Amino acid sequence: MIVGGAWQAVSVPPATKRRTATPLAGRNWDEPTLAPVVLVRGAEPLLTERAVDGVVGLARARDPEVEKVELEGSTYGSGQLLVAASPSLFGEAKVVVVRSAESGTEELMADLITYVGSPDEETTVVVVHGGGQRGKKMLDTLTKSGAPVMVCEPVTKDAEKASFVVGEFKAARRRVDAEAVRALVDALGSDLRELASACSQLISDTTGTVTAATVDRYYGGRVEATGFRVADAAVAGDAGGAVALLRHALDTGLDPVPIVAALALRLRNLAKVASMRGGGLSARDLGMAPWQIDRARKDLRSWTPEGLAAAISAVAQADADVKGEARDPVFAVERAVMTIARSRR
Amino acid sequence: MTVWDDVVGQEHAVAALQGAVANPVAMTHAWLVTGPPGSGRSVAARAFAAALQCPQGGCGTCQACTTTMAGTHPDVTLLATEKVVIAIDEVRDLIMTASRSPSGGRWRVIIIEDADRMAERTTNVLLKTIEEPPPHTVWVLCAPSVQDVLPTIRSRCRAVVLRVPPPQAVADLLVRRDGADPAVALSAARAAQSHVGLAKRLARDAGARERRTAVLSIARRIRGVGDAVLAAGELVDVAKAEAVSATQERDAAEKAELMRGLGVADGETLPPRLRSQLKQLEDDQKRRATRHQRDVLDRAMVDLLSLYRDVLVVQLGAEVDLVNAELAETVRSLAADSTPEQTVRRMDSIGVARTRLAGNVAPLLALEAMTIALRPQG
Ligand SMILES: [Zn+2]
Repeated sequence: MIVGGAWQAVSVPPATKRRTATPLAGRNWDEPTLAPVVLVRGAEPLLTERAVDGVVGLARARDPEVEKVELEGSTYGSGQLLVAASPSLFGEAKVVVVRSAESGTEELMADLITYVGSPDEETTVVVVHGGGQRGKKMLDTLTKSGAPVMVCEPVTKDAEKASFVVGEFKAARRRVDAEAVRALVDALGSDLRELASACSQLISDTTGTVTAATVDRYYGGRVEATGFRVADAAVAGDAGGAVALLRHALDTGLDPVPIVAALALRLRNLAKVASMRGGGLSARDLGMAPWQIDRARKDLRSWTPEGLAAAISAVAQADADVKGEARDPVFAVERAVMTIARSRR
Repeated sequence: MTVWDDVVGQEHAVAALQGAVANPVAMTHAWLVTGPPGSGRSVAARAFAAALQCPQGGCGTCQACTTTMAGTHPDVTLLATEKVVIAIDEVRDLIMTASRSPSGGRWRVIIIEDADRMAERTTNVLLKTIEEPPPHTVWVLCAPSVQDVLPTIRSRCRAVVLRVPPPQAVADLLVRRDGADPAVALSAARAAQSHVGLAKRLARDAGARERRTAVLSIARRIRGVGDAVLAAGELVDVAKAEAVSATQERDAAEKAELMRGLGVADGETLPPRLRSQLKQLEDDQKRRATRHQRDVLDRAMVDLLSLYRDVLVVQLGAEVDLVNAELAETVRSLAADSTPEQTVRRMDSIGVARTRLAGNVAPLLALEAMTIALRPQG
């Protein structure tokens, strides 16, 4: 069904400008700072939590007695910020965390706009805004006032996921080799929380450098990891190997849907890297990790555009099949895998 | 001015409804108004209700007319839903309402938009009251087509069929009612394929026109597989961003309401034991945003389809007005660079992508397969 209003929607930037959204300007989520007002902005809850913890941690380091107050934006009533932010009776410093400003009341927006004009210097107010444009005037006012902005956007690109993993290990003063990072992103990259908890598990359960073999021991059986192995074999033209891996995975009860997604991702990366040949786009624009680009370049030597087109179309059909169009979803994936392997030059 | 002014390009349907208003013999107690999306089913239903209430049969200016059109007439009840299915309790409530005689108006009118969204069980509770309603009650059901409602309902209603109004009629409405520029209005009406609401938005909002043009520009921009995949990614990203901004205001209001309902005091955060309720709301909202994203993408595909339809018209030399008259140059160049068979294949691929999207295929993948088919080589 088409909801009235759906249409105005589609805004595609002009052909020359590939990026669809301007990235938020500001500091990274893992670079906390103290200021009378700090804006934590972005739609990735794991990162906003960490950003808030970082600021609160700094406030505690400055004054261990600091009092933390939480305010909820969606139920906020006029004047509460001022009460929460004013120094306590005994003069302890305060840190006020304003949650869900993206669904905040009008009163919240108005109070924040007023407050940032003359904030209490002893207090730190952390405003958490979970993304989108709601409360734009407030956001603009805070930003213009010079309040530091900590950016917590969803980590969607594999290059970003890889640097997230590297950062996790670095923070724990542990070494992780590049292959292991790649294996972790492949196996758990679809959910940042899982990726983070896998990192912390590896950090606490193992010693020494974490290698791909370590990761494989822990997470190699996951459906995503399997999906990428199937995809690797298929893209390399090894139909037999790919189908064998696939059957084994499906026999052990793995869901075919993420396997199809892995096939799609692998081919998508090939196509994107193919578009770099014409110039114009950089690795950065594509948001791919360096290893992915190298691998894709190597693979592309054996692929023609027509082959790639046929392979992607087959995977789209397989996705439709596993989601209900076909009686035999397992065969649907198998067929796609064989089509990929055969589409290679 | 009359209440029928906004019912554009539906002379036959209007004549039938007016006839029933004027002549008690032509009146019946159950009506089924059908027509494709954008043909103005609910506008027609409302106009009919106003005409029934109005002492002059739909003058458009009296209290009865204006309150009915504004949705505040006490004797006119309208059930509109954004839900996939109309709940049986909602219909039971309507039946209760229908049993009461009008409070001051001449009729009690009950309008059900999207009557196709009733389950069979729900429909069954309606049957009796539709067959033998109280003397002053009129039911008006709306659905996209007659086939969308159960035969048991169909056979008990008098059908009024709306057509896709001609673009000129829609343009005239936009000029008359909204003060649109005639040329802009006509091009918007064509581009919206006579969907009144969409045409109005296109006529009013230059940004919306630009965005539509930008979507259509991908047809010429895709030179290879790489471009195709990137273009699909852009469409999906933009639809996602649009879905967030379109639903955020409502999400916030719903959350505040839930928090109040749960007795959370001003400014307090939700106690852990109540978090599951919030989680449920957030999940619903996420689903709604996903749906919205799919709707935005579907609209983009409908627009692309209209472009290739134009291409085919040119290739076949058919004497038909172009939907995308302002993109005549693009249409001609696409027509010159491809064969009619290719165009049909491309249209098929867009149709397949729409079906896949409705069938829950990953949007990006569905669109990639589509944009790949739009390549010059496709
Ligand atoms: Zn009147």
